[in-house]
Amino acid sequence: MNIKIISTTGDYVMLMRRVFTTPQKGIIFWQRLLDEIQGLGIESIGIVAFISAFMGAVVAIQTAYNIDNPFIPLTMVGWTTRQSIILEFSPTIISLILAGKVGSRIASEIGTMRVTEQIDALEIMGVNSANYLIFPKVIASLLINPVLIILSMWMGILGGWLAMAATGLSTTTDYVTGIRIDFQAYIVFYAIVKTLFFAFIISTISGFFGYKTSGGALEVGQASTKAVVFSSILIIVFNLILTQLLLT
Amino acid sequence: MIEAKGVNKYFGEHHVLKNISCSFEKGKTNLIIGQSGSGKTVLMKCLVGLYEVDTGMVIYDDRNFSEMNFEQRKNLRQEIGMLFQGSALFDYMTVEENVMFPLNMFTKQTKQEKLNRANFVLERVNLEKVNKLMPSELSGGMRKRVAIARAISMNPKYLFCDEPNSGLDPQTSGVIDQLIKEITVEYAITTIVNTHDMNSVLSIGDNVAFIYDGELWWRGNKETILHTSNKELNDFVFGTELTSRLKQ
Repeated sequence: MNIKIISTTGDYVMLMRRVFTTPQKGIIFWQRLLDEIQGLGIESIGIVAFISAFMGAVVAIQTAYNIDNPFIPLTMVGWTTRQSIILEFSPTIISLILAGKVGSRIASEIGTMRVTEQIDALEIMGVNSANYLIFPKVIASLLINPVLIILSMWMGILGGWLAMAATGLSTTTDYVTGIRIDFQAYIVFYAIVKTLFFAFIISTISGFFGYKTSGGALEVGQASTKAVVFSSILIIVFNLILTQLLLT
Repeated sequence: MIEAKGVNKYFGEHHVLKNISCSFEKGKTNLIIGQSGSGKTVLMKCLVGLYEVDTGMVIYDDRNFSEMNFEQRKNLRQEIGMLFQGSALFDYMTVEENVMFPLNMFTKQTKQEKLNRANFVLERVNLEKVNKLMPSELSGGMRKRVAIARAISMNPKYLFCDEPNSGLDPQTSGVIDQLIKEITVEYAITTIVNTHDMNSVLSIGDNVAFIYDGELWWRGNKETILHTSNKELNDFVFGTELTSRLKQ
């Protein structure tokens, strides 16, 4: 078991050495990068916005219902929603959701190319297939995921406000005041740093499992599942490590 | 000319290729035949460098491929075209984009020049008005022809065809065989075809190498193959109902 972990880690490092090289043709890299930003990022905006708005609403409602003590001001609803969304929900939970959506897409796309010999065709032509296929996905994820996470923060806080406005559990003034209390830009920086790490994990781990697929359709499915599982585990582990490093 | 000298290949304990020495002539269709699992695909993958040989060497016109580094191989591979068993067309590209892909990656031609070349090779394989179609919209035979067009778009010196007739009806197989033969002679290419189709052997087999259990068992051509006394080869050649009846 330990040998397999070491061997897989070694394979991953070796593959990344081939991924992180200068693209063979700049113009083709830029075209692929734009395609990947579209496929991995723009097409995820809907699901990220939807989930974030509803989660923000739920956090705000739960906080409001749990404030029984009259000495606790209702501005706490806005404050709690902001902190929950920015510190944890947007960077971590949305990254876990992206690990499922984007990670499975990357692994199955590359895995299918492997089992249908499209990767062999690239290699025969003299193309560094690892760089050609995975590098644009990694760069696209590093560029677009922070944008998605910032969107998620906005939508989460907006969802909380809409829920308060709809239920009357807190006034808009209290909610907005709460959002502005003791705001430190550092927590946004912390969230973006986490997002960048998670984006790297999702794109490289999924690319690795897709690239190393062998067999047929069944193995493509297995690669896709492994990509999601390992990306999620690493996100959870690195969430703890980064939180310890950046917030204490 | 391509030469394999003392090529051995192991997968774990399994000795797949056993000291194979063989040469493949320029301007001729050189066929590698053998039963499924005999090692012919492994031999082809060793020749193109998709698998590394464990011992022995592969030589392309006095250039030792086995000793080349990645960059040298990359340059040599621009002289190689390969037709894969499943065509291996890039399924996110149109027919035209597939054929233009090697030109986009490795040439500095203008868009119009690349388009002209793509149209020329597509016409050469008797395909018209398919430029904007996706691979999924083509029949099996058309996909093979597009793959041939892509393989010859860079004017290769060496053409490898891995089971070009698999999944095709006999009539379409004949068309593909003749196309490979014509292109080989027309452009003086060293062509290596992996097949277990006896129709191909008898129609285009200028040189034939029979691989049996990982060993080079017999060498000859389409004329001599019918009159050999080699038992294993006879079992292979006359293994079907049709060929055994013809023999009688």
